Amino acid sequence: MSDRPHPILIAVAALVYLFLMVPLVIVVGAALSDTTYLTFPPQGLSLRWFENIFAISAFRRTIVTSLQIAFLGTMIALLIGIPAAYALNRFRVELPKWLGTLFVLPILVPEIVFGFALLKSLTVGAGVPIFAALLIGHTLIVLPYVVRVISASLASFDFAIEEAAISLGSAPVKTFFTIVLPNVRAGVIAAFILAFITSLNDVSVSLFLTGPGISTLPIQILAHVEQFFDPTVASVSVLLMFLTVAVMAIVERTLGLTFLAK
Amino acid sequence: MTQPLDINAVSAHYGTTKVLEHLSLSVRAGELVSLLGASGCGKTTTLRLIAGFLSPTSGSIELGGRDLTRLPTHRRDIGLVFQNYALFPHLSVLDNVAFGLKQRGVAPGERRKRSMAMLERVGLATLADRAPGALSGGQKQRVALARALVIEPPLLMFDEPLSNLDAKLRVDMRVEIRQLQRVNGTTSVYVTHDQEEAFSISDRVAIMNAGRLMQFDRPEVLYRRPANTFVARFVGFENIIPFKVVARGGDAVTAEATGMRLQLSQNDFGAIPDAFLLATRPDGLMVSAEPAAEGLPAQLGLRTYLGRAYQYQCETAAGHLVANGSLTTPLEAGTQVKLVPVPEQCTILAADGGR
Repeated sequence: MSDRPHPILIAVAALVYLFLMVPLVIVVGAALSDTTYLTFPPQGLSLRWFENIFAISAFRRTIVTSLQIAFLGTMIALLIGIPAAYALNRFRVELPKWLGTLFVLPILVPEIVFGFALLKSLTVGAGVPIFAALLIGHTLIVLPYVVRVISASLASFDFAIEEAAISLGSAPVKTFFTIVLPNVRAGVIAAFILAFITSLNDVSVSLFLTGPGISTLPIQILAHVEQFFDPTVASVSVLLMFLTVAVMAIVERTLGLTFLAK
Repeated sequence: MTQPLDINAVSAHYGTTKVLEHLSLSVRAGELVSLLGASGCGKTTTLRLIAGFLSPTSGSIELGGRDLTRLPTHRRDIGLVFQNYALFPHLSVLDNVAFGLKQRGVAPGERRKRSMAMLERVGLATLADRAPGALSGGQKQRVALARALVIEPPLLMFDEPLSNLDAKLRVDMRVEIRQLQRVNGTTSVYVTHDQEEAFSISDRVAIMNAGRLMQFDRPEVLYRRPANTFVARFVGFENIIPFKVVARGGDAVTAEATGMRLQLSQNDFGAIPDAFLLATRPDGLMVSAEPAAEGLPAQLGLRTYLGRAYQYQCETAAGHLVANGSLTTPLEAGTQVKLVPVPEQCTILAADGGR
């Protein structure tokens, strides 16, 4: 065993990074182009396609909708997912095994099928308004991530700690908030990020649930590409990447990302 | 402050599993009682029933005459010390100790004063601001002990508190626990699977097996006069030989087993029934190569060296026995010998095993 990694390993790693980064570089480049069509390398430098995003009302509206859906959906998923993950871990012996699997189902079923099923049941079947249907759909697709990530955090939590607090006179519900939650904080934040980004970038489920007047940003990007070939789509993709990176950066600033890579 | 604990005919059944059957046990005020047994004997279940983490199927638990059976754990006022310490990882050592006082609405200044005083007593005052993760196992358990003691509970319970510590520290810590418990006079229940630990720190020990109480007495009594074959084997009486009384003269009794006679005195053993089991540890059964010796005929098997004696695995008409022989004359496997019981090292059990 030498301390230096093998040259082939370095080469493979470099190729993987290249493979991951090049498309992004191309998109960023195309977004900065001064031309009226998509091109790379950029010809001339301009931010006008970024301005154009906000000039098109459909983009303005869908960005707001996407952020609303991602935030609300993630919050609801946390409200359901944290107690669910707690119960699944705390009563692992008492509860049937399939109950945990239940929460993974939305990502096991092909998303396109799941989206179609939601359209049939929520929008067509129950006549749920579009925004509400989108919110329910996104809550359901991010719930598995929330339950899994927080479960992983709780798996290393010694429930004797909770019992110790209760024995010292702290009521069970209060103990959950003062003792259990602070110790799985990293898991909750990780779950929030993962769920928020998953919702923000979702296409398949949103494709079925968006409707007249209400759409999400990725769906609007698709719609725009079908009609126009200008660099707006590249600049809005950069914006979406930026939003994702911004969420990560906020976390990095406040907590450090190391806790995510456990 | 210190109160007696009464467990009255408590049963705990989970589905078809009877984890505990009609357990009755009284701990006197200020006494330290150990629940001792192998895993699955019901000792931890008993502790969790007293703490309120489990509910009994039937029976009641009283502390100082107050019925705890239906009371939730957080209102039982019991100090608990866990095997894995169970310290709050996100709180400092001081805040860990002060946690119980905070729940009781003690003012911050008073809380700090009392917690520091308790940390002083366990010798950790200098570590008050540390995070629990930065402490050694022994220090963690001292913090856990301080945290449980500072609320001055009428009952203190220990769940295998020393199992995660190394051997030397285990012995030091149990002395420390006993001293603190003595000084405070807190009624205590101590769960362990370690016989030496239980015997060394307890006023009385309850030996449990398969959800039942086998014997509850002072360690000295358990060690010398086990009440049944289970306890006898548990405390090391490996040899159990059936005897029948053939002659009585006053207190002197002559008893007979396959191939041997033995003189016993009822002064030593109390009333001896006509049929009984003689139980001895290997030290109480001497190997004699003298053909004339009065003893149980046996064939020697494997010999092991104990330092103070040789120990032999023996085959006899009464089954497989373990006996000790002198260091001056090591004997070879296959030798025909006599096994001579030493009455002072023996005890007597009812012929049915005491059940």
